[in-house]
Amino acid sequence: MSTAIYAGVTVDVNDEGFLERPEQWTREIAVELARADGIAELTDRHWQVIEFMRQEFFAKGTGPTVRALGKSSGVSVKELYQLFPKGPAKTAAHIAGIPKPKGCI
Amino acid sequence: MSSRIVILGAGTGGTLIANRLRRSLPADRASITVIDRDDRHVYQPGLLFVPFGLAHADDIVRPRSRQLHDGIDWVESAVERVETARDAVVLADGREVPYDVLIVATGAELAPEETEGLTGAGWGVSAFTFYDLPGASALAEALPLLDGGRLVVNIVDMPIKCPVAPLEFCFLADWFLRERGVRDAVELTLVTPLDGAFTKPVASAALGGLLEEKGVRLVTEFNTGEVAYGAGGRGGTITGYDGREQPFDLAAVIPAHGGAGYVLRSPGLGDALGFVPADPATLQSKAAPNVFAIGDASDLPVSKAGSVTHFEGEVLAGNVLRFLEGRPLDASYDGHANCFIETGFSKALLIDFNYDTEPLPGRFPGPAGLPLLKESRLNHLGKLMFQWFYWHTLLPGRDIPGIGAHMPTAGKHRPDGGPQTSTQKEDPTA
Ligand SMILES: Cc1cc2nc3c(=O)[nH]c(=O)nc-3n(C[C@H](O)[C@H](O)[C@H](O)COP(=O)(O)OP(=O)(O)OC[C@H]3O[C@@H](n4cnc5c(N)ncnc54)[C@H](O)[C@@H]3O)c2cc1C
Repeated sequence: MSTAIYAGVTVDVNDEGFLERPEQWTREIAVELARADGIAELTDRHWQVIEFMRQEFFAKGTGPTVRALGKSSGVSVKELYQLFPKGPAKTAAHIAGIPKPKGCI
Repeated sequence: MSSRIVILGAGTGGTLIANRLRRSLPADRASITVIDRDDRHVYQPGLLFVPFGLAHADDIVRPRSRQLHDGIDWVESAVERVETARDAVVLADGREVPYDVLIVATGAELAPEETEGLTGAGWGVSAFTFYDLPGASALAEALPLLDGGRLVVNIVDMPIKCPVAPLEFCFLADWFLRERGVRDAVELTLVTPLDGAFTKPVASAALGGLLEEKGVRLVTEFNTGEVAYGAGGRGGTITGYDGREQPFDLAAVIPAHGGAGYVLRSPGLGDALGFVPADPATLQSKAAPNVFAIGDASDLPVSKAGSVTHFEGEVLAGNVLRFLEGRPLDASYDGHANCFIETGFSKALLIDFNYDTEPLPGRFPGPAGLPLLKESRLNHLGKLMFQWFYWHTLLPGRDIPGIGAHMPTAGKHRPDGGPQTSTQKEDPTA
């Protein structure tokens, strides 16, 4: 584990750059993480997904899959890919400061 | 006092847990009722062989009710919903079935309609699934007509039942096309959302190597967005959400899976996909303490497989007894899974793993056993024998001699000489 500085705050990150401690996350950090993922500006639709991801994570201990997101976040799978072209579950988790969703078995 | 145990689903899990419980509970201690919507039990591992003419519908279907032992009540009806707040199951005809303990064993359902365009003009013409009997039988008609062009095997989304079955389909298709002398004219491609052939690294490398050896193209991290068919439904294109396109003349599609439809109509029972969240070690549901889940119906981080269901059965039967007696549950299910992987030309490979240990090479169940992660004729015989074991050992709820619920470690080794427990240890509860 190492640390990184986002929006002037030192946070713990893993080798892939995912926040190790979701409670260190702030909206300002999210903006910088998004830029690192090639998303210049976070729209209301992005925020809707990011906030939903955090809620799910704190309620269930794991972030949702893309299909579960499409069914319950209020944003369709198609739009999710437009918002997060490099893969919604992974990118949105990264920006939301929660662990990378686990691959399926 | 007599307790009412109600089991939803009479597939692999519902049947084996009913028979196990009936053996250990005298009739005056508990009634056992099993509910399913039909009376046709399909041996699903046999579906893989149907498209290649190696098995027929008659060989793999038997009446469900006949697999249930004496003293078990059989109800043929669809479940409409479960109301855990009042411990009652509501059937499609409005009848109510109250319970003291409920076991959800309604498996996973295919959801081809969730993929845009998939169930359009070409569904059943040039795109098929072998994951149900009508689909596998229709594919058995279409496959022998393919003399050239593109055959695409497409996994739409995870999780799916038996995640190795699409690989086995590729291996058998390679064999089938070679036998017919048209292999060189057919481009065979596996299109998967995973980043490799399988979910776990050591097995993924071994299986990826086999695909390459057999000339099967592997397209990874492909998230299927939509399917568009050509005129008359003949051939088409699968487009990924990232814009990549996979044209096909014939497609064998593994559609998205969800839990049984009624789960979403049952307040608090399932997750967004209709799977039932349950404790990975005890199988007790998170919905209510007197509700348990077995097999494909649960959200456990295990492969959706008959072998998994069988191993779960041993732990679950004990836990239902403990629950009835008010004793603490046994948190000992370790995620044990065991799958034969048919590789064509009368050979197969075997993998054995659990929550902590990925499939490794070696021998099973001990140093003198079957070769693991390696093609052999012996494993092919094992795969064929599995059907006999299924009807005569798994469904009656008996243990297979020498193979227990917990994963054996003797006889296995990591190729890099490291420790057996996987390095990418994941929290099974997460
Ligand atoms: C192509 C293929 C190949 C496979 N190969 C293998 C293999 O080689 N090895 C292996 O171990 N596993 C294999 N499997 C997986 C294995 O078949 C399943 O994991 C296993 O059958 C799961 O058992 P289950 O009891 O959870 O679900 P099922 O056996 O599917 O039973 C679910 C039952 O619930 C009933 N049901 C659903 N909804 C309702 C409702 N609303 N009302 C009433 N009843 C309902 C259904 O009718 C069904 O009988 C394969 C599966 C497929 C599709």
